[in-house]
Amino acid sequence: MYSVRLWSVRHARGLNSFYRSFEALLLRLNPLLRAIGHDRLERPVAAVEKAVKGLLFDCRMCGQCVLSSTGMSCPMNCPKTLRNGPCGGVRADGNCEVKPEMRCVWVEAYKGSERIPGGVAAMREMQFAVDQRQQGKSSWLRVVREKSGGA
Amino acid sequence: MVARGARKVRWRVKFEDEPVPGYPLPILPGHTSPGRFERVLRAGGFAVTTELAPPDSADPEDVYRRARVFDGYVDAINATDGSGANCHMSSIAVCALLTRVGYAPIMQISCRDKNRIAIQGDILGGAAMGVCNMLCLTGDGVQAGDHPQAKPVFDLDCVSLLDIARTLRDEHHFQSGRKITFAPRVFLGAAENPSALPHAWRAQRLAKKVAAGAQFIQTQYCYDLALLRSFMVQVEDLGLFGKVFILAGVGPLRSAKTADWMRKNVPGMFVPDALVTRLAGAKDQAAEGRSICVELIQKMREIRGISGVHIMAYRQEESVQEIVERTGVLRERRPWFPARDAA
Repeated sequence: MYSVRLWSVRHARGLNSFYRSFEALLLRLNPLLRAIGHDRLERPVAAVEKAVKGLLFDCRMCGQCVLSSTGMSCPMNCPKTLRNGPCGGVRADGNCEVKPEMRCVWVEAYKGSERIPGGVAAMREMQFAVDQRQQGKSSWLRVVREKSGGA
Repeated sequence: MVARGARKVRWRVKFEDEPVPGYPLPILPGHTSPGRFERVLRAGGFAVTTELAPPDSADPEDVYRRARVFDGYVDAINATDGSGANCHMSSIAVCALLTRVGYAPIMQISCRDKNRIAIQGDILGGAAMGVCNMLCLTGDGVQAGDHPQAKPVFDLDCVSLLDIARTLRDEHHFQSGRKITFAPRVFLGAAENPSALPHAWRAQRLAKKVAAGAQFIQTQYCYDLALLRSFMVQVEDLGLFGKVFILAGVGPLRSAKTADWMRKNVPGMFVPDALVTRLAGAKDQAAEGRSICVELIQKMREIRGISGVHIMAYRQEESVQEIVERTGVLRERRPWFPARDAA
């Protein structure tokens, strides 16, 4: 929901630290997750992730979540799905070129990034184009696999 | 365009390595392309580029006619890629036609209409046809153009696109990792809009583009020089001087009414009230628009770090010669064009 999305950016700091703890918990639970099987967990976890992040961020389930690097403003809500900053069409009031009634997700992202420790530096990192095959899959499980070194 | 008998003579009397039009120049040390545009910039010249609006036609002569109006006044010509999300002849085709007779086109690549498979194919194809300069753009949204019912692609964004193009050139492989046998030798560019929000982050975004592979930048129209100056200070603070050539965007405003319409309807275009008032008060508004453009270029030239100007004179292309002439920015230099060395 649009208004919740804006609220999330205003509360980027809290949401980010909550996610950090959640990620640590998932990592600790990974032996259990592995025992059940990531493949078997994929659908239910993705469904929960979609519900939670859909509510908070209007998440599009790109499967390669970068919210911590974009001030908790989801770049996939940009009509051009830009992942490296705003296009040149941002309106004088900070709204989107394509959807004039919507705040530019990148104008929001810069505000949110200032609230997250290390958020401003993260905004300078280059994000490569999304892998379309990850669409609809759980970003949470992928992060756990990557950070635990497992495949 | 070239009289056959005279070819050999001209070869010697111009650039000592002047090629047959349509053939690449030798690549000098520190250069990445066999093109004239990169040479002018790296030699420290104040470069002038402009924009050719591709025709709504399949007649090559329409392209040549549009290019000829710039003869002798510009170092490179941008061929837009469905600009404003309107349908026209493709950028790659316009560029291929222009390289046949030796012009230095800048092929614009927008992420709006093609995915990474098509784009990488075009980079190879463009380079094979002699295109030396490519400008990597995000592209206008489809809602802005004549086909709002079209599907926007945006598989890449301009930063990813730059990265892919640089990888093709320097690491000789596709994004997939599959090797290519002959790399595209291109000079890579990107756009930036110093006037658009968020101002504090525009230079940061430019830094990202430079890191991804941008060697030159052409900006959106800059009518507010204070914004351009503060942008350039930020660019310098980020240590980008010397790493990228910046060409400031400018263009003649036809009248106060057009200026007002453009700032309301063209995405990312900002025109200060003072300029609109000045135009409205003029007897001949179009002439006043050209004078404003001349003054802007002269002032831009004085800004540290600006290496040239990009003149966008949509539907006033014939005014570019006069504007460049009046600014005096070319000094004694006469940019190459197909008939320059004839006779």
